[in-house]
Amino acid sequence: MKQRRQPLSTTSEWNFELLQRYDEEIARIAHDVFQLDTYPNQIEVISSEQMMDAYASVGMPVGYHHWSFGKQFVEVENRYRRGQMGLAYEIVINANPCIAYLMEENTMAMQALVIAHACYGHNSFFKGNYLFQTWTDASAIIDYLVFARRYIAQCEERHGVEHVERMLDSCHALMNYGVDRYKRPYPVSAETERLRQQEREDALQQQVSELWKTFPEMQPDIRRRVPIERYPAEPQENLLYFIEKNAPLLEPWQREIVRIVRKMAQYFYPQRQTKVMNEGWASFWHYTLLHELYNEGLVTDGFMFEVLQSHSQVIYQPPFDSPFYNGINPYALGFAMFRDIRRICEAPTAEDRHWFPDIAGSNWRETLTFAMQSFKDESFIQQFLSPAVIRDMKLFAVLDDDTDDHLAIDAIHDEAGYRAVRQLLSEQYNLSISEPNIQVYQADVRGDRSLTLQHIRHDRRPLARDQAADVMRHLYRLWQFDVHLESVQDGRVVERLSIPPPAAEGSA
Amino acid sequence: MSFIVDRRLNGRNKSTINRQRFLRRYRDHIREAVDSAVNQRSIRDMERGERIVIPRKDLSEPQFQHGPGGRRTIVHPGNREFQRGDRIARPQGGDGQGGQASNQGEGLDEFAFQLDPREFLNFLFEGLALPNLVKRQLRGESSYRVVHGGITSEGNPSRINIVRSMRQASMRRRALGAANRRQLKELLAEQAQLLQQEQSPPRQARLAELTEEIARRQRRAERIPFLDTVDLRYNHTVRQPVPVSRAVMFCLMDVSGSMGQNMKELAKRFFLLLYLFLQRNYKQTDVVFIRHHTSAKEVDEEEFFYSRETGGTIVSSALKLTSEIIRERYPEHEWNIYAAQASDGDNWNDDSPTCVRILREELLPKMQYFAYVEIMPRRHQALWESYSLLQQQHPNAFALQQIDGPGDIYPVFRELFRQRMEAPAS
Repeated sequence: MKQRRQPLSTTSEWNFELLQRYDEEIARIAHDVFQLDTYPNQIEVISSEQMMDAYASVGMPVGYHHWSFGKQFVEVENRYRRGQMGLAYEIVINANPCIAYLMEENTMAMQALVIAHACYGHNSFFKGNYLFQTWTDASAIIDYLVFARRYIAQCEERHGVEHVERMLDSCHALMNYGVDRYKRPYPVSAETERLRQQEREDALQQQVSELWKTFPEMQPDIRRRVPIERYPAEPQENLLYFIEKNAPLLEPWQREIVRIVRKMAQYFYPQRQTKVMNEGWASFWHYTLLHELYNEGLVTDGFMFEVLQSHSQVIYQPPFDSPFYNGINPYALGFAMFRDIRRICEAPTAEDRHWFPDIAGSNWRETLTFAMQSFKDESFIQQFLSPAVIRDMKLFAVLDDDTDDHLAIDAIHDEAGYRAVRQLLSEQYNLSISEPNIQVYQADVRGDRSLTLQHIRHDRRPLARDQAADVMRHLYRLWQFDVHLESVQDGRVVERLSIPPPAAEGSA
Repeated sequence: MSFIVDRRLNGRNKSTINRQRFLRRYRDHIREAVDSAVNQRSIRDMERGERIVIPRKDLSEPQFQHGPGGRRTIVHPGNREFQRGDRIARPQGGDGQGGQASNQGEGLDEFAFQLDPREFLNFLFEGLALPNLVKRQLRGESSYRVVHGGITSEGNPSRINIVRSMRQASMRRRALGAANRRQLKELLAEQAQLLQQEQSPPRQARLAELTEEIARRQRRAERIPFLDTVDLRYNHTVRQPVPVSRAVMFCLMDVSGSMGQNMKELAKRFFLLLYLFLQRNYKQTDVVFIRHHTSAKEVDEEEFFYSRETGGTIVSSALKLTSEIIRERYPEHEWNIYAAQASDGDNWNDDSPTCVRILREELLPKMQYFAYVEIMPRRHQALWESYSLLQQQHPNAFALQQIDGPGDIYPVFRELFRQRMEAPAS
């Protein structure tokens, strides 16, 4: 039995001194008792309006200006006014120091909860997870954002707000396809970025014109070469990169904007791949840290009630037939899984020993850290989703096939279904399956300069055609020559979408 | 280690620019909503926000996404009765995603938000301006621009000019230390020379003397302060008056018996809109209210909008009064003069030519713009005919429009005060 100490505070009021003391205690427990490795924290106390700003700028503390953030703000504001949304956890920025926001309206208990969740949960995830380590550079991001904001403001001054806005619109439409999945980007400081940007501007323009040089006398060997070579030789998955480097008519500043959006996409890519893990990890730690605080007698019963009430709201998973159901709640799934891993380590059952021989009975802190560091949602679920969690959440898989007029239940939470459910749920978090697979197939360098994308259909699933046409219009704006989108199924082109529409086009 | 920062005081409204961009982008939608709102509202109610609804599809940011169809499997939580191999009828709409839509409630097809009163009025009066606002004048008391006014040696610490202060300090240090430094240099040279030579008692005495003197002079050099109050220099600013354009608007309202209650109401609504516009967009504007039946009277705002006095009609009485007031209070070389007149156009037969004469000879030469609004649901009246001729002779300075019902007020108002190409931006 630990010796119980005086509570840090007994009312729900907070002040800066108290924040400091709570933070110190939580930090002590996180670092000394549980050996969490974190970046230093910068905790910012803000008003609810500023919090909505933060939400609207999708977690970038310094963003460039764009109408869509204004729209986001209005939307957040509406939901907040209607009381559909509490503004409490969430916003924490993967930077070094790690920036987290506390809202002034919150009680002391909520502030402590957010500190534990964001400043020690998310923070240690950002520092530890392999995706963040390889793909983002926490120390450079703020610098880069500042550079981007300034650069775009300059462009607005020079080329007009509307021009820049249109450019950004088009880039945003392709943002999810601005990611290198395998090549690691090298982050640089704002100063180098600015210098490089100028070099790039000159060099790039030269290269591009080289590529598009079509006068035979300027490229004397062109006629002798075999003309059927496709460009690019391999299909390219990073659309924005391809456009930045190859779009025939873009101005240097436009290429730079493409690049900025691409960098943003890359920065957010790990977050999109680790929603379940990231939220689960943070929830697990706010739960664990605050319980430890309570066990030491540093907080009161009232404090704990408030924390638990909020906690259980956050990790609530409405069943599929509830009016509030909106897919699987990543907090719920992640929290359940991390708790479950700890349980498997500390008190394994025969089933656990059978399913997880490696981790059953191992040191839970090491196992949990290993799980946090080395996986993304897809592989994390594949690796650690246990029958116990499947049973608790009553997970079941529904097969929806358009050739069948009924839905079929493929697997449920029983002995025969565990593996299937785990497999299917894991696929659900695989971005390369849940997002349409679209690649640059060919740029017609020697012909009409048209650009062809290919959509490889997975399980015959088509694109939402209207939206796709809109996106293609944006692509057309960037490429400025005809663009085509081919849907390929079983190696055959089954559908073709062209912008501008092929009314006058006879050759296709 | 954590740093706790209080950010509540800075950076409010970080999204303001983004919000403005958003409003600008959907200007057409918002315009429509504002236009229809104006016609529905009572005019006293103008200074209030408005709920704007935009169809969600117009706001979409498209992305490549999967459409319905094909084959897919989705994992859901909360199973109760299903068993493996069960077959269920497809839910309506065929959307396997189930409850995706219901979460957001009604707001799914529409995007609604609140314009605040300021934004509402911005949209209401967007693109409107007083025409021909060209007379500008230097006036002492009201409008200034703060400009850089050189450097002074006294001032507010917040305006300190660091570069100049440091330069001054450096100059002072050099000037004060010059003699001392020169002597020090000589002493050091002598000392060095003595040390080279053979030592003897008088030379050693001299050396001791030198050492002491050098130390003294070095101490003196150190005593010169690095920065002194006399060095401080401050940026100075001066207030420079800027020319402003002053304008006066005459509101002439017919309250004769021939104007029905309904028509008076329309006239008042028109003037209220005008008044709101002037108050909001032109700080330096006088408004003169004149109401007339057989005789005209200058009244205050309160009486203009609420008094119920009535009688016959002699329009020229109002024009005469206007002319007098201009002569007394608003010299035309200082003021941009405007007038808006509302009437049912029902006038004494022989008065209309008088009106035209006064306008042509006395008023229009002094005025920037005269707007006439006829509030008459049916045919035009005598006054309209006479004014039409005037309009042809003075197309830039005279305009006339007709109002049939409440729905016309705002469009007519916009037409009369729409920003013209030649009008300078204000």
